[in-house]
Parts: sequence; structure tokens; C-alpha cells
Amino acid sequence: MQTSLPAPSALAAAAEPGIKPTLGRLTRFRRYLRRHPSVLIGGSLLALMALIGLLAPLLWTVDPTAIATSRRTRVPSELYWFGTDMLGRDIYSRVVYGARVSLVVGFSVAILSSVIGLSIGLFAGFVRWADGIVMRIIDGMMSIPPILLAIALMALTRGSIQNVIIAITVAEIPRVARLVRGVVLSLREQPYVEAAIANGARTPRIIFRHILPNTFAPMSVQATYICASAMIIEAILSFIGAGIPPATPSWGNIMAEGRALWQVKPHIILFPAIFLSITVLAVNLLGDGLRDSLDPRLAKAL
Amino acid sequence: MLAFIVRRIITTIPVMAFVALFVFSLLYIAPGDPAAVIAGDQASPADVERIRASLGLDRPYLVRFAEWSFRVLQGDLGTSIFTSLPVTQLIAQRIEPTLSLMVLTLIFAVTIAVPMGVIAAWKAGSWIDRGAMAFAVFGFSVPVFVVGYLLAYVFALQLDWVPVQGYTPLSQGFWPWFKNLILPAVTLGLVYIALIARITRATMLEVLQQDYVRTAQAKGVGQREVLFLHALKNAAVPIVTIIGIGIALLIGGAVVTESVFAIPGLGRLTVDAILRRDYPVIQGVVLMFSLVYVLVNLLIDLTYTLVDPRIRY
Repeated sequence: MQTSLPAPSALAAAAEPGIKPTLGRLTRFRRYLRRHPSVLIGGSLLALMALIGLLAPLLWTVDPTAIATSRRTRVPSELYWFGTDMLGRDIYSRVVYGARVSLVVGFSVAILSSVIGLSIGLFAGFVRWADGIVMRIIDGMMSIPPILLAIALMALTRGSIQNVIIAITVAEIPRVARLVRGVVLSLREQPYVEAAIANGARTPRIIFRHILPNTFAPMSVQATYICASAMIIEAILSFIGAGIPPATPSWGNIMAEGRALWQVKPHIILFPAIFLSITVLAVNLLGDGLRDSLDPRLAKAL
Repeated sequence: MLAFIVRRIITTIPVMAFVALFVFSLLYIAPGDPAAVIAGDQASPADVERIRASLGLDRPYLVRFAEWSFRVLQGDLGTSIFTSLPVTQLIAQRIEPTLSLMVLTLIFAVTIAVPMGVIAAWKAGSWIDRGAMAFAVFGFSVPVFVVGYLLAYVFALQLDWVPVQGYTPLSQGFWPWFKNLILPAVTLGLVYIALIARITRATMLEVLQQDYVRTAQAKGVGQREVLFLHALKNAAVPIVTIIGIGIALLIGGAVVTESVFAIPGLGRLTVDAILRRDYPVIQGVVLMFSLVYVLVNLLIDLTYTLVDPRIRY
């Protein structure tokens, strides 16, 4: 768990042009990437997608919601790179803008469910009387398949990005909470934590100084998997019509619109499908690489 | 043993109680007033109030939850708002396609995934292993509907080997039933295969390092026997566990797969219910799927004693 990880700090330093990273750090980062190529490949692909989403208006796109009935369901051509859909909207522009939705949902869910799950897991791991109750609730929530749980929550609300994020986050929290609780329970038995307790350290100090830092490694791996799963669930929700409102271009929505015509115009579904698959693959590769590099023992177990 | 079974069954009670509470709350906080819907547009506020009282909707939350639970235990899941049919009847009509799809997927996935994981672990580091694990990463990354449309396009539209969409009941013969379900089962099975193959490989890697495996090899037991009898048997518990947990993936995936392949099953029922905001149906489906999931995992826990005689409770 205590393996030194130069990646985040070096990454942050490299990303900010103002700060020049020391040569040692950069070399170490390079060596890290060479040893874990899936981090490099996954990270680069993900960065590329983020860039596409960020720079969407500059990437020769037109208004992704502009309807033009005169150019419906065109096949890909020089003018419409990915063709047009049933309402004549440019699929290339919609797919490029769709990257924003997937990435925003993926990252928001990963961060939110990590933070909330971490708090619940720490609480359950430390407050012994509450552990039983919290774990029963978590068992109950985990016995509802996540997609079904998200669907049920979406049925209560109107389709919007915020609601999709909330619904998926609620569905993902139990997994994080359970993971963190397990880590906390095993860490509590560690001699250094017992020594700190014997020294009279207060609970907050033990949590923040001794427990929390050790949850980061498994948490960051878990967060990438949650990000990937959130992107897929978002696409599924949108695909069945219970997710992002249809006007907003999201990969799930584009595929949902292409559904009726897929036998004659498969390109409408093909392009968002490729983008979604590549993005999820990138996140999964990143997660696998992080897992292998952070904890070799975990690498075998998962 | 009996004591363990009883204890294990008792632990599922609070879990199901929570699920029931969640599912009930879903209807409770759902937007829209059932009394107003039933009373219609012409009703006066007094009429709505009277209907509310006659339905018992004005009573406290916990009282209503108790009543609802009591009815559910008697097998009454309420009435669909949209079709006015009992929810249990709607579920019963749709259960065959979904059950067929899931059982076929389960059989298909396990027969592929377990040998794949075993061989990957045996040939760890080889191109077979790399290939299998690369396949697993792809299985996790490519969403169900993408696989579904891809397979349907190639095998149904271009090659015309199987029907594009639809479902034929088993009562009309095995072959038509199978032909309609094979693509959906492959589609749904991909993630599941990835999951099981990965766990199988990881567990087998550990088991293959054990002394008794070396002993078996040393005394000249055939490689196949060592792998599938000596090693796999001892790797069975985590594999069986993940097969059970993975049922959640199958349930979630079935909703999408049935939409892609136009299979009139529970997944389609769920999607239709969502689009129509038919809350009693959503409640019923979530409750039923969760019950199935909990029971399957309960059964799996109980089979541990069969798989591994060392486990004594």
C-alpha cells in the first residue's frame, strides 16, 4: 500500500507550464509509464477524449441540435463526416459534443461516490455500534442490481444530467463504502495504528493521519472502475429513454435515436458506439494499470 | 449444517426488508397523486379526499408500508396504472423470455469462461493468456448494446444465419427458440465471460502454485486432470461466488439486450414501465429481480459446503 507513486504529482507538474518539474521526477514518471504501458495508453486516450469534449466548438463542428429536414439520414460523406440522423442533425457534431456528457457524468459520479462512500466507510469502520446498521443497508442496496437501482431512481425524477449523476452515484456508493470499511477494519489491526491509539492519539488524528492515506490506493483504482461503469450506465439510461433529455447530444441518446433505423442506417449507431467503447476502454486500461502499479498483490486478486 | 442454513436464511430477511422499504418508498415519493388520477378530471377536491381515504392513502407512512408488505407477502404486487392488470400477471406473462435468455447466457458464459480462465492461468504470460485477458478488458469496455447491434448486423442482417429480432417460445420447439436467443445470449454473455474468466485465472494462478499440484504433476497425472480435477476443484469457491454476483450484471444487461433484440421479456416491461411512469410495475420488477438475486446468492452460499467439504458451519 505504501508504494511511492510519482504519477499524480508529476502529472500535475507537467500539466502546468509555469512549474518546471525536476528532471528526477520526470525521469521517474517516464520510467513508471514505460513499466505500466496500460496507464500510458489509457491515460492518453482519455486525455484525447477530454480534449475533444473541451474543444468541441473548435473541431469543425456545427450546432449539434440544428435540425434540417432536407438532409435527413445521409450516409457519411465529405460534407457530413459521420452522416446525419433522422432529423438531419450532423452526427459528427453530436458525437463530439456527446463526449462532454459522458466525461462529465463519469468523472462526477466517480468523485461524488468516492467522497460519500469514503465517509460512510470510515464511519462504519470506526463507529462500531453503527457498523451493523450501515452494513445491513449496504447489503440491501447491493442486492438491487445497480442498473435497475439507477433506472428506478430515474423514474422518480425528470431526465437531466444532474439527476442522472445522482442516480448513478447512489447506485455506486455501496461498493465504495464496503471497500473502505474493509480497508479500515484491516488497518485498525495494524501495529502502527494500535501504537497511535496507545499513545493517546484522538480518533480524528488516527483517521486523517493513519487510515485515510492508506485508503487512497484502493480508492483510486475503484474510482476509475466506477467512472467506466457510470459512463456505461449513463449510455444505457439514455438509450432506454430514462436518462439525459433527448435534446442534449449524448452517446446514449444518439444511439437511442438511431435505434428505429439501425437495419438500414447502421452508421447512426456505429459512431457513438465506437466513441463510447474507446472511452470506456481507456478508463478501464487506466484502472488496470493503476491497480497493477499500486499493489502487486491486488493485481493478482482482481 | 441445518443451523447454518437457518442462520443464512435469517440474514436475508433484513436485506429483503430494506429492499422492500426502498421499493415502497419509490411509490410513496413518486410524483403524481394516485387519488387524483383515479378520481379523474371532473372530481372536486372533496371527491379526491374521499377516494384518498377509501384507498387508505391518508394514513401514516409506516402503516401503509406494513399493509403493502402484507399484501406483497400474499403475492399481490398491486395494479398497473397503464394497463389496469395485476402486476403479478404482467410479470408472469413476461418471465419466460427473460428466464430463457438468462439461463442460456449463464450456460454459454460458464462453459466458455471457466476453461478460458483455466487455460490462461496454465499458460500464464503466453500469447493465449494475453489474448484471453485482452478479450476480458474488451468485454468490460464494450457496452452491451454495441455488441448486440454489431452481432445482429453481421450474423443476422449480412449473413442471415439467425433471425434479426424477436422471440419464439420454447413450446414451439427447441430449435426456433434457440435460433432466436443465441445472439442475445452471446451479447449478454460477453461481460459475464470477461468477469468469470478473470476471476478464474486469478484463482487458478494461486492454486497452481500449491504443493499438491506439484505432487500430482510429479506422480505423472495428466495435465488436463491436474488442471480440471485437482486445481479447478480447489479454485471453485471464488469462481462460484463471482458467478452468483455476476447475476446482477445479467439482470442489468437483460434490460438492454431485450430492447436491442425486441424480446418481449421483463427487461422490456421495465423499459415500457419507465417510459409510462407506471410505478407499481417498476416496483414489482425491482422487487422481483432483487429477490431472485438474493435467493441465487443464498443458494450459492449453501452450495459451498458441496463444493468444498472443508467448509463446515
